[in-house]
Amino acid sequence: MPRFASFRTRAGFTIQVGLLLVIALVLAGLVLTARENILGQGMATGFGFLDRSTGWPVNVSVIELSARSSYARVLLAGLLNTLTVGALALLLATLLGTVLGLMRVSGNLILEIIGTTYVEIFRNVPMILQAFFWYAVFTHLPSPRQAITFADAVVLSNRGLVLPEPEFSAADLAVLGLAALAGVAASVLAARRGLRAGRWLALSWLLLAGVLLWAGRAPGVPMLSLPELQGLRIAGGLTLKPEFSALLVGLTLFGAAYIGEIVRGGLLSVEPGKLEAGRALGLTPGQVNRFIRLPLALRAMLPALSNQYIWLMKATTVGIAIGYPDFFAVVSTAINQSGQTLELLAILMLGFLAVNYTLGFALNRLNERLKLKGRS
Amino acid sequence: MDTAAPPKESLAAWAHRRLFSTWFDRIVTLVFGAGVAWVLWQVLGWAFLGAVWSAPNSDACAGASGACWAVIEARGRLILFGLYPAEEHWRSALACLAVMVTMGLSCWPLFWHVKRLAALWVAGFGLFLVLMRGGVAGLAPVTAEQWGGLSLTLFIFCGVVVAGMPMAVGLALARRSKLPVVRGCAGGLIDVVRSLPLLTLLFTAAVVVPLLVPGWLQGDKLVRVVLAYALFFACYQAEILRAGLQSVHEGQGEAAAALGLSPAQRVFLIELPQAFRNTLPSTINQVVITFKETSIVTIIGFFEVMASGNAALGSGDWGRAFIEVYVFLGLIYFVFVFGLSRYGAWLEARMRRGQRH
Repeated sequence: MPRFASFRTRAGFTIQVGLLLVIALVLAGLVLTARENILGQGMATGFGFLDRSTGWPVNVSVIELSARSSYARVLLAGLLNTLTVGALALLLATLLGTVLGLMRVSGNLILEIIGTTYVEIFRNVPMILQAFFWYAVFTHLPSPRQAITFADAVVLSNRGLVLPEPEFSAADLAVLGLAALAGVAASVLAARRGLRAGRWLALSWLLLAGVLLWAGRAPGVPMLSLPELQGLRIAGGLTLKPEFSALLVGLTLFGAAYIGEIVRGGLLSVEPGKLEAGRALGLTPGQVNRFIRLPLALRAMLPALSNQYIWLMKATTVGIAIGYPDFFAVVSTAINQSGQTLELLAILMLGFLAVNYTLGFALNRLNERLKLKGRS
Repeated sequence: MDTAAPPKESLAAWAHRRLFSTWFDRIVTLVFGAGVAWVLWQVLGWAFLGAVWSAPNSDACAGASGACWAVIEARGRLILFGLYPAEEHWRSALACLAVMVTMGLSCWPLFWHVKRLAALWVAGFGLFLVLMRGGVAGLAPVTAEQWGGLSLTLFIFCGVVVAGMPMAVGLALARRSKLPVVRGCAGGLIDVVRSLPLLTLLFTAAVVVPLLVPGWLQGDKLVRVVLAYALFFACYQAEILRAGLQSVHEGQGEAAAALGLSPAQRVFLIELPQAFRNTLPSTINQVVITFKETSIVTIIGFFEVMASGNAALGSGDWGRAFIEVYVFLGLIYFVFVFGLSRYGAWLEARMRRGQRH
């Protein structure tokens, strides 16, 4: 095709240079307009504001914050908030989704109806509506005085969900950490030598650590901090604020509907012949599931699952609607307060790009590792 | 090609196989069956038997054992029409109807031709705009700031899909271009947009763009947000179309070239229609997601159906009826989204049948 070839050489050259020129012109226009607007409105530029203190409070945070904290620290807190709620939701949604997927392939009609109804309801209603709903539920719960308690350990009130919190001193944590390290090392060594006792070895190390912890504690200090009512509030325990709980519940239930579908698809993608082969070899149904069905299903699921995980991380941004200070919410407040729109927007985008690419990269590596390799 | 049908199983045998075939099955069926029956009974009692259907304010609901649907009667117009002037609500309702009929007709295979589809949408969407904006044919003008509720949700959704589809085609073609610079730019844009949350993009369009773009080019905030959303939709849809273009057999293009069609004709008459056809299920899935996610514009201050539902809770003393309002909103989304996704499933089955024969 001579005409097409010439298009590739001469016209192609013109088109590409033209495109680059247009992009450069648009960018220059944006920069010049931004400069004019920023100078005109007397706004500051540069990243110097990161050291300034914010002067506004952040109601939920996994790290220590005060109104005097710097912008940099508040932004970091926002990113950690996003990661915390995202990671927890990811874990819980995977567990619930697996149960849903198993229900839908179980062959039992009742279980299938329950699973299908769940998936259709939670998948077809927007995430933000679910977040609003759960937030309203959490804030309409009874006050701490009339709180709903389960076994005196879990307390649910309009101040949030309070769970028992393990109270470990630094020494306790050190003991636990060492025991875990020793256990892992022991089991790896045992596995290298072909010993099957590795698992038991690791378990006994953990047991030993438990005994040490129990024996070495200062007397009178409880292992767990349990929530209890003190006047009008609840003291002790680990408090999950309504904003956090609502977002976590919403993300988990919504994500589980999608993950349930992925799990179902993965399980159905395993050829029945392979399961029959396993049975013919004399494996029990449990062994067929554990050694044939699940590993094969997992491999089929992983690519779709990584997309879903990344999507779930991005969906945490609806937290802003119910007052959870995730990364987006913190950046948005900071833009309002400091006026340094462009710098903060750049930080926002870089933050999300970093999180997504890290997650995507890790899951891709996992996929590579687990992929069935053809024999050479 | 259907092989011989399996021997007919009686209903009783089927039920026995699906419910009571093993001991495990029997226990599960009894326990979970009882649970389902209990939940159904509770829902029935709450939603219908003990419900209050009509009341001037929420006090009448305080003593009731069931749902307070009176809130929908009292605040339904606010949820559906937002801040649209009360005496013009019929226009907003008609406009919604026009768009829904247009959406319904586009699902009909009779309209699956570019020209017919374009004519349908120009007519339907045009009618929507005329009704909503007014200013012609004796209709009082209504500014876009007063639009709200379901009509705004439908406007954003239609605007995104109508503006996003051509963008998606452009991006998909650019991504497959033989020119490295064009390919690189399209690929970079798609990658970056796809790894950002939608909210970031909409926020940029609403808040940051006015800082970057001279005043005469900014346009309305609603238009900016719809365009940003359309770009987001286009980046996902472009990847779907790219896969579709890859799945078109090379011979198709070669045959077209042998018939003397120009490269542009090959792409637009031969390859793209097949790519669209092959990816219809994924495309519909993307459209469904787009409809659901229009609810996110609430956060950047638009008064679509999600926001007007929240406003209904904030007005008067209806705040305690939050479950009823959210269930109502959920039903609105559910009807559209479930309907669209069922349609997608039907289409997929139809295509599979078509391929087999």
